[in-house]
Amino acid sequence: MCLAIPGKIVELLPEDRSLAVVEVLGVRRKVDLGLLQEEPPVTGDWVLIHVGFAMSKIGEEDALQQLRMLTELGESDAAVEEVRGYGLGDSEGQGSRAGPGEENTPCDLSTNFANPN
Amino acid sequence: MTTAAPKIRFRDPQVEMAHGAGGKASRRLIDGLFAPILFGSAPAPLGDAAHININGTCVAMTTDSFVVRPLRFPGGSIGELAVNGTVNDLAVSGARAQALVVSYVLEAGLPTEILEAEVRSMAAAAATAGVVIAGGDTKVVEHGKADQMYITTSGIGRLIPGLSISPAAVRRGDKILLSGPIGDHGITILLARGELDLEADLRSDTRSVLPLVEALADAVGAGVHWMRDPTRGGVATSLNELAHDCGLGIMLSEDRIPIRDEVRGACELLGLDPLHIANEGQFLAVVAAEQAEAALDALRETPGGEEAALIGEVGEQPAGAVLVTTLYGGSRIVDMLVGDPLPRIC
Amino acid sequence: MRFVDEFREPELITRTADEIRRLADPMRHYRFMEVCGGHTHSIYRFGLKDLLPSNIELVHGPGCPVCVLPMGRIDDGLSIAEQPNVMFTAFGDMMRVPGTHGSPLEYKARGMDVRIIYSPSDALKLARNNPEKHVMFFAIGFETTAPSTALTLMRARAEGVRNFSVFCNHVTIIPAIRAILDSPDMRIDAFIGPGHVSTVIGCRPYAWIASHEDKPIVIAGFEPLDILQSIVMLLRQLNANERRVENQYKRAVPWEGNRAALKAMAEVFELRPYFEWRGLGFISQSALRIRESYGEWDTERRFSVPGVRVTDPKAAQCGEVLKGVLKPAQCKLFGKECTPEHPVGALMVSSEGSCAAYYNYEHRKTAALTSVFPLPASLGA
Repeated sequence: MCLAIPGKIVELLPEDRSLAVVEVLGVRRKVDLGLLQEEPPVTGDWVLIHVGFAMSKIGEEDALQQLRMLTELGESDAAVEEVRGYGLGDSEGQGSRAGPGEENTPCDLSTNFANPN
Repeated sequence: MTTAAPKIRFRDPQVEMAHGAGGKASRRLIDGLFAPILFGSAPAPLGDAAHININGTCVAMTTDSFVVRPLRFPGGSIGELAVNGTVNDLAVSGARAQALVVSYVLEAGLPTEILEAEVRSMAAAAATAGVVIAGGDTKVVEHGKADQMYITTSGIGRLIPGLSISPAAVRRGDKILLSGPIGDHGITILLARGELDLEADLRSDTRSVLPLVEALADAVGAGVHWMRDPTRGGVATSLNELAHDCGLGIMLSEDRIPIRDEVRGACELLGLDPLHIANEGQFLAVVAAEQAEAALDALRETPGGEEAALIGEVGEQPAGAVLVTTLYGGSRIVDMLVGDPLPRIC
Repeated sequence: MRFVDEFREPELITRTADEIRRLADPMRHYRFMEVCGGHTHSIYRFGLKDLLPSNIELVHGPGCPVCVLPMGRIDDGLSIAEQPNVMFTAFGDMMRVPGTHGSPLEYKARGMDVRIIYSPSDALKLARNNPEKHVMFFAIGFETTAPSTALTLMRARAEGVRNFSVFCNHVTIIPAIRAILDSPDMRIDAFIGPGHVSTVIGCRPYAWIASHEDKPIVIAGFEPLDILQSIVMLLRQLNANERRVENQYKRAVPWEGNRAALKAMAEVFELRPYFEWRGLGFISQSALRIRESYGEWDTERRFSVPGVRVTDPKAAQCGEVLKGVLKPAQCKLFGKECTPEHPVGALMVSSEGSCAAYYNYEHRKTAALTSVFPLPASLGA
């Protein structure tokens, strides 16, 4: 149920608004955008593709945030404090990815800071 | 002295597509039915070509059939595969192809222009490969059979001096070389069939690898212990066969295996492992450790070998199997496939 | 950015694995279940178990839609393929799954029209291009795949394509998780949640796992960093005695899910009162069938389906392996009567079935390996 791959929309098809050409590492296929009609993607957007349908838009900011947090794992407390000061807030754009009551930063840096091991 | 009648170990009630795919099912058919009947009860490991002694002269001989759909695809056609495939089988057995004979099985109704195009392709491929097409045979079968055409080529060649290839020659610590990027052919064919609606700028890698093999022989001679061209079943199948035949373990570094972006992309989309995809213009070589660098340089300096890479080495473990390791230390066993690789969605 | 390679970056993976070692309490033995077969596949493919300390055990869950399909349903689908002028279409995953009289590929070898497709829309296209045939799509999958089937049925109806029908075997994930938690042999500490199913259903449906079953669950992506980060998040929750649903896969999973996808599913499908799951038995409200309004495109209404129940051979322990009670190697048939070449149960055929994954990727690895490829210093031994 789970093979879904990120691909970039390189062309929207004029004759059928629900179809787009998506590219994955130079391989192109027509993908159905029918499940994303509430917020249709545009050329240049990245989408998650499963069985020829786009399932969701991929949030670049969310991805970058995740990578930043992982990069910070294991760094010194000072570095951790500095990063918290940047205020990496909630992600915007594709609707909230954080649930009510859920930390905006899924890896709570404060835990790391409070309980250094 | 009488020998016991060879035991047939092949139990499948009928022939399936998987038996021709180059993986485990193919192995079962060959080891379990053909080998006992044709080669006696204790055959030597099967290689890409047979080396036959005729009155003191050793010649190499091989045969291969080509059934591909579509007949023409980016980068080549069935005719070129038929020439290069047999030249390559001889090359990786350590022989320089001298002559081929070709057998055509043609479907009634096949337009002449299609046949002529293939024959011209074969002539051109033979000229490029430096091999003579010395004769042939033609049969025509009813419309609906033979998928337009099947081509079989048989080749004969002289041994390349200095080379002595066998699984028995492979040692712990030997390095594994690969002549170039994997998966181009298999993915090109998959896309050319048009059933999956994928498009990419990819071509079959079909070519004669003889010049590269000769460069290797020149550079390190007896340092080459084993070679194979990873056709159907891919690199995984060829190396599993080696591991099985020599009883040692093969370890590959995933990040060192050359692969084009488009092949990676198609494999990711379809859930395929590039190590199982067919190649028609590449070969694997197992080389003595101290000569591996010279071997790699020789390949890279030969036109067509620029992307050659050292992808792994031979070890004690995992005995009889192939292990692929990532840069971060995760590893997995790569086995032979049962049959053809199938796209998956899960 | 490509959203794949970045999440396979070796340095970051090493760091995250280090964090896991830092967080894991050496006095505890953790059992984390990854629900989704896609995660099982990723774990084996990327060799992630090699990076975990020995006191973290990953238990494979039942989220493999091929594995949970009873053989009777495969027989039913193939019996329709035997009828004249019927084209049987399915994903590659289904092609080697054994029915009583053979797999779809074996039926193809006997002359039946069997086609591998990548998308349900490809099946509809085949129907348009082959008006003299009836194209039947053998649909499988959890909520990740069901919306695409739904949309395809909506298109079929809108275009009036009559020679097309769907044999619907879509199942839903929450009842499967419930069945795991209800099982008396179970001891799972936390869940690695199905990332792609969640792009459709969102994260809310898992709330009861945290609040009522008292287990943390992290919705995870499928790259090595996603799975490892999810384990970090689970360990942090357990260490802080928290029980929450968290979304690790934020770049792809909206908390509320995909409304358009859910709408399409509701338009076309309804819940079956009950459905038999291989290994788990009958579960109520756990599978989808096509509504009467789309009855003309429902294979089960267009054709008479035998509906035979086929029980698995007694010796096959697919059920226990599916529930994570047994490891694949503990099944009596594993590696002997049941191998990928001649599978007895679907867990050995599907590439994400735990038995196939274990057989193909793992079961010949030995401890001697670490001496050959030295691991980066920080991973230690």
